[in-house]
Amino acid sequence: MRAVWKPENVSAVQSSVNDAIRSGYSLEIVGNGSKRQLGRPVDASITLDVSGLKGIQLYEPEELILVVAPGTLLSDVNSLLESHGQHLAFEPPDYGPLWGQAGDRGTIGGAIMSGRGGPRRLTAGAARDFMLGVKAINGSGELFSAGGRVVKNVTGFDLPKLVTGSFGTLCVVVELTLKVLPKAPESATFVLCGLDVDEASTVIQDVFRDMTAQVSSAAFLPMDIACHSSVAEIQSMGESVTLLRLEGFGLSVMTGLDELSKVFRQSASTKILDKELSKVLWKEIGGAHYFALGESPLWFLSVPPACGAHLGKRLAQELNGRFFFDWAGGGIWFETPNNMDADAFRIRQLLAEVTGNDGHATLIRADERIRSVVSPFQPLPQPLALMNQRVRLQFDPDGVFNPGRMYENIHAD
Amino acid sequence: MLMPAPDSALLKRRGEFLNALRAIVPGEGVIDDHASLAAYECDALLAYRQRPMLVVLPETVEQVSQVLAYCHQVGLKVVPRGSGTSLSGGALPLEDGIVLALGKFNRILEVDLANRCVVVQPGVTNASVTDAVSDKGFYYAPDPSSQIICSIGGNVAENSGGVHCLKYGMTSNNILGVELVLMDGSILRLGGKHLDPQALDLLGLICGSEGLLGVVTEVTVRVLRSPETQRALLLGFADVESAGACVADIIAKGLIPAAMEIMDKTAIHAAESFVHAGYPLDVEALLLVELDGPPVEVDHFVDMVSATGRKFGAVSTRLSNSEAERKKFWAGRKAAFPAIGQISPDYYCVDGTIPRRMLPRALREIAELSEIFGLKVANVFHAGDGNLHPLILYNADLQGELERAEAFGAAILKLCVELGGVLTGEHGVGVEKRDLMEVQFTQTDLDQQQRLKCAFDPDGLLNPGKVFPTLHRCAEQGRVHVHRGEMRFPDVERF
Ligand SMILES: Cc1cc2nc3c(=O)[nH]c(=O)nc-3n(C[C@H](O)[C@H](O)[C@H](O)COP(=O)(O)OP(=O)(O)OC[C@H]3O[C@@H](n4cnc5c(N)ncnc54)[C@H](O)[C@@H]3O)c2cc1C
Repeated sequence: MRAVWKPENVSAVQSSVNDAIRSGYSLEIVGNGSKRQLGRPVDASITLDVSGLKGIQLYEPEELILVVAPGTLLSDVNSLLESHGQHLAFEPPDYGPLWGQAGDRGTIGGAIMSGRGGPRRLTAGAARDFMLGVKAINGSGELFSAGGRVVKNVTGFDLPKLVTGSFGTLCVVVELTLKVLPKAPESATFVLCGLDVDEASTVIQDVFRDMTAQVSSAAFLPMDIACHSSVAEIQSMGESVTLLRLEGFGLSVMTGLDELSKVFRQSASTKILDKELSKVLWKEIGGAHYFALGESPLWFLSVPPACGAHLGKRLAQELNGRFFFDWAGGGIWFETPNNMDADAFRIRQLLAEVTGNDGHATLIRADERIRSVVSPFQPLPQPLALMNQRVRLQFDPDGVFNPGRMYENIHAD
Repeated sequence: MLMPAPDSALLKRRGEFLNALRAIVPGEGVIDDHASLAAYECDALLAYRQRPMLVVLPETVEQVSQVLAYCHQVGLKVVPRGSGTSLSGGALPLEDGIVLALGKFNRILEVDLANRCVVVQPGVTNASVTDAVSDKGFYYAPDPSSQIICSIGGNVAENSGGVHCLKYGMTSNNILGVELVLMDGSILRLGGKHLDPQALDLLGLICGSEGLLGVVTEVTVRVLRSPETQRALLLGFADVESAGACVADIIAKGLIPAAMEIMDKTAIHAAESFVHAGYPLDVEALLLVELDGPPVEVDHFVDMVSATGRKFGAVSTRLSNSEAERKKFWAGRKAAFPAIGQISPDYYCVDGTIPRRMLPRALREIAELSEIFGLKVANVFHAGDGNLHPLILYNADLQGELERAEAFGAAILKLCVELGGVLTGEHGVGVEKRDLMEVQFTQTDLDQQQRLKCAFDPDGLLNPGKVFPTLHRCAEQGRVHVHRGEMRFPDVERF
């Protein structure tokens, strides 16, 4: 068992990092560990548990600003914002259930450092778009700040964005400043039943191109996925579902639903899910909870949205797995039965072929053995790999933080 | 404002550089005559001028790559340039460096509405992106007031905003990918038409890096469907405090309008006499709120905003009832800068952001500073996001006024930081705010930012003298591990 250090405040984190540097130790940084199995297994000497850095430091709803310590539970952040009619618009997903954990264990630090956005990411932006400021300790043990506490700022290099989604490979974040937004008071989901994946993709593209309804999220669940929904209306349908979420003020949601009904009534059987059911549905889509019961390798592919249907279909057919898409096709979840190498090579090859090399595939779930032999993050072309490595060295020259979590460490020559 | 001292050895090799660069970009691609070079001696921060050694106008990525590789090899500094509308001196040339102007990269490469994006070369103007898709009912959201001239490459470098960025974000929130040429000539592709970054978010870092990290040679931007309706409300207030409080309350009610702009009395009067927008002249502050979306929603919000206006004592309220009227409401705000140009020989545009609730205090203190410096000021600001644009009125022909205007500007920016804000909301640091960076950041903060230079441009040849108050040395092999106190560069060059 590797030692665990659990500093409870910023200066203790800084001392921990300095101790590690002095002793030549490397650190695996964890919050509550809800996404610890995402990425390459980290070979570190010490576990640095930062879940003790908790608390809301500043919340100014009228300024749309939240300053928070990274160990704060995401669910606590969400309920605080909710009580002021606000939210994190990028809808950080809850992946815990994918590894058989209880839901809602994640911290805000984990949500930002993994950089993942949920279904609304399609139209509202990703985690990085809401990161305004950061305080962190670099691999030389220095505490630095970047960004600011206002929503509009271009002063200096945008380190808050760079740090978002870096999986703790650059620095230990000790404070985050986030932009929060008012939450739409109403929402509903328009469901088209029984379309095949190509029809679904066409419908979604038409909606975004020609219609005025304000659709915030668009997903397609084939029948073999929809039947695992916890929303009875979807689960019992026995058909695929194409899902369009509308969010806004009551009247605009209603007008949007009317428009969709008029256009699609003729061509498909349709249904409307109310606000409460929508909430449950899009949460399970964001966290891909349909795959929660299994243990087979699970991928997420980020591709141009118009490629989603074709790629999803080919993956399912050629590799005999199950898929669904979110982000209007731009995000494909794919579960493969292959427990040897998770089909990494074939999946990335298909992605390159279908998209013309525009996108990447990330292995979200797989056992440790697979994650040490195939790269969970898509290997980068040479110049980009080098640049990632060079940037990393400018934060953490000795490779103290999360060594190998994203890519195998290439040491500076 | 001091720039890095020119290197006389480089100046002497001008002829050699000219020949080599002509070999890469033949024909009219390299400008060397004195008169033509003058056109490049400044950007829109007119107070600073410097004729560059040469100007190179490449037409292909290969040429950009070869030019940079050559400059890298001979140690020649490079200042990238789009349309030259930077207000912070980002494109200010160097005497011993070349300007790499991207004006010939002016093609729209692809309109892909299935993926709701457009691929453009960096020299394309901001407005032409929207022009390319407007017949299909789409538009490109970031809309700097300079949009008919400024280039997308410049927008990416400055992470430019516009009046609609409150709701739709800045440039960085609206781009999906770039092609970037590094100082050593290597070419990187970051992003594409897919949504999330692969590995580190280098695209996020490049955006707003002010031409210090690489030259952008292609940009993929996200386009949005044009809103069904847009309506504007003009609310007049007897004092700026009430206008500010009204803005805060609108947001607190859960509404993010497409735009919220405030103008103070001086700005209102100047704008009105310049374009006759129909602004009320008996108010101290004018709040312009734009709402967009489906008609039912816009109607609902119009009522809400009007009611909020009344609650905060709006003395006049007007709603645009036609597209022509909406444009007229905007005409005054959009012409605010040139309008000030009519009432004063020169003006200096400041660009800081403050937490919105600090607005009354900021305005009070700006008024006090105006007394102290003996210069008039007109205030326009992006009220929704607290981005102030005080316009300082001065006369450059009068001895010492420019310096006084600059000192006044610097005092305003320091005030912004003191109030919890930042030095620049959208115009960038450039040379203009370079020496104020230490007001907002500690040396450690700046070191961490500057180290990234070492990853992209370890020799410091790309746009040196901008953004950071000191040059940064990159240690061997790009390693800049500075252990506390050990290696503090006491002799570091300051400008
Ligand atoms: C009247 C007026 C109104 C304005 N209004 C606004 C506004 O509302 N909002 C706003 O944000 N700004 C505004 N600006 C500022 C300015 O227009 C923007 O900063 C704009 O993005 C600059 O674009 P440009 O093409 O002119 O760039 P330039 O001025 O040519 O260059 C700006 C910077 O970008 C770098 N650069 C340019 N092209 C590239 C490239 N291809 N690769 C790498 N680096 C590059 C340059 O080195 C320089 O540092 C305004 C300016 C004026 C004059």
